[in-house]
Amino acid sequence: MTPRPVITTDELDPTDAKRPRWRRPRVRLGRWSAPLGIAGALVAVVWILVAIFAPIIEPHDPLAQNLAILQPPGQGTLLGTDELGRDVLSRVLSGARVTIPLSLLLVVLSVLIGAVIGAVAGFFGGWVDELMMRITDLVMAFPTVILAMVIAASLGASLLNAVLAALIVSWPSYARLTRGLVLGLRSSNYVISGRLLGFSPLRSLWRDIAPNILGPILVLASLDIGTAILLLSGLSFLGLGAKPPTAEWGSMVADAVQNFDAWWLGVFPGLAILSIVVAFNFVGDALRDALDPKANTLRRGGPTL
Amino acid sequence: MTGTAPVLRADDLVVEYRGRPPLRAVDGVSLAIGPGEVVALVGESGCGKSSLARAVIGIEKRAGGTVLLGEASVPVLGLRRRTPQMTAMQMVFQDPDSSLNPRRRVGEQITDGVRAALARGLAGSDPADWLDRVGLDPETVNRYAYEFSGGQKQRIAIARALAARPRLLVADEPISALDASTQTSVAALMRSLSVEAGAGMLFISHDLSVVRRIADRTLVMYRGRIVESGHTETIWADPIHPYTRALLAAIPIPDGAGNLPVAPLEEDRATWTIELPDALERTAA
Repeated sequence: MTPRPVITTDELDPTDAKRPRWRRPRVRLGRWSAPLGIAGALVAVVWILVAIFAPIIEPHDPLAQNLAILQPPGQGTLLGTDELGRDVLSRVLSGARVTIPLSLLLVVLSVLIGAVIGAVAGFFGGWVDELMMRITDLVMAFPTVILAMVIAASLGASLLNAVLAALIVSWPSYARLTRGLVLGLRSSNYVISGRLLGFSPLRSLWRDIAPNILGPILVLASLDIGTAILLLSGLSFLGLGAKPPTAEWGSMVADAVQNFDAWWLGVFPGLAILSIVVAFNFVGDALRDALDPKANTLRRGGPTL
Repeated sequence: MTGTAPVLRADDLVVEYRGRPPLRAVDGVSLAIGPGEVVALVGESGCGKSSLARAVIGIEKRAGGTVLLGEASVPVLGLRRRTPQMTAMQMVFQDPDSSLNPRRRVGEQITDGVRAALARGLAGSDPADWLDRVGLDPETVNRYAYEFSGGQKQRIAIARALAARPRLLVADEPISALDASTQTSVAALMRSLSVEAGAGMLFISHDLSVVRRIADRTLVMYRGRIVESGHTETIWADPIHPYTRALLAAIPIPDGAGNLPVAPLEEDRATWTIELPDALERTAA
């Protein structure tokens, strides 16, 4: 009789970080999502290059009304012309210059504001935490798009006001995430060790906590770029953002609504929005898998969160 | 303890946790640790050992009592930054995996300790030297914590604490998470390095055989109180308090006779809370 294999309890414990068998499914997941992530990154890079070089690669002036009106695609111009005789392709390319930098700016500012507020709330606790989290709750209690519309409308229609409105509604999710992460790490042994060695709260946040919570925040930010683009072009679609004659995807789609026969007016800026939002979402998903705190724990053998 | 002034003195320390009724984890404990002295704190799980250690160093709120490091009162670690003076008190934790920042090089983290020593006007030191002294390759200063085993991580945590040139080292079950062969060597290392540095050490453990080997004095704790204390060998050879006896009787003896320790009975437990003044402050025989 052969001896029965002995199964120890720690082989059965899925939380045990040292068991290599739990590493495998995670890595496989990462491999699956990597091609999409790379494809997304490529599309995003192409759009960013377009945004940079739009004035060079545009076949026509996106604002000049000097072509035959409502030409379908392929007849003189690649993507047709609009009701004022402007080249749709040039306007779509030019639209990247508006949407991409503004949405990146929006996300960067949201992360900065949200992370600072969340980190302060999480680290200091007490009434500071209460106050900041109640403000966060207050903002989050409103439907994002509707609140952004109200703010944008009261500020007056302009692209910068649309960014400001979007900023006011988008920082709370970062504040919440950061607060939770900081709260979790604040009482961890290495943070306490640092404090016992004389770290000030600021130094502790910067040296011991920030590097260990950056991953999840970056993932949320990368997933949020798509949302930011949608929100900004949505506000423009509603007439609360870009003003004519600026070539902006959301307002181009809005213009197309008045001219349903000319399908190319709405479809191409719509595709532009679709492609870039999907691309950034793929990048975000891949980043999430790559920076997954749990997968990280397995790979590095140490809890980072 | 000889005539020298203690590095640490705690009087009538009380730690309570909220609840109904509140849980009194540490119930009026006093202790003093001299320079270069290793004091062990033993007792069963939940007896308040860790609460006491954390209250001493100031990471647990105290419901009563005072703690003095030298002459200065030890504040509870809040939002305020620790004064350089208070960095003379360092701690080594039970879990080596969470003791080191996973995103910073181990050399950098030991440098934090060196800086704390410099801030108190003491001599600086090289992080690589510290790695060498705790038995690790000095070339590994640029590695990250995940590249080391649990025992090695604990050695790095010890190096970081000692690099601050502490007057008192609090070690909260520093060897419990390590395997048997590493436990003894890490415990011996902690003793030799702290004695060499002239630092007092409060060493918490439930491993009595290790305690016997490294502690000058032992405090036996049961239900938040010190039931027996004094010279380690005296307690070991002649335990007076029934709880100490039970604790020592629970150690299996590898004499080949195959006698396993017998679990204590309920009526035995009832006797463990009695106070025996003779069992306190026992001196060397």
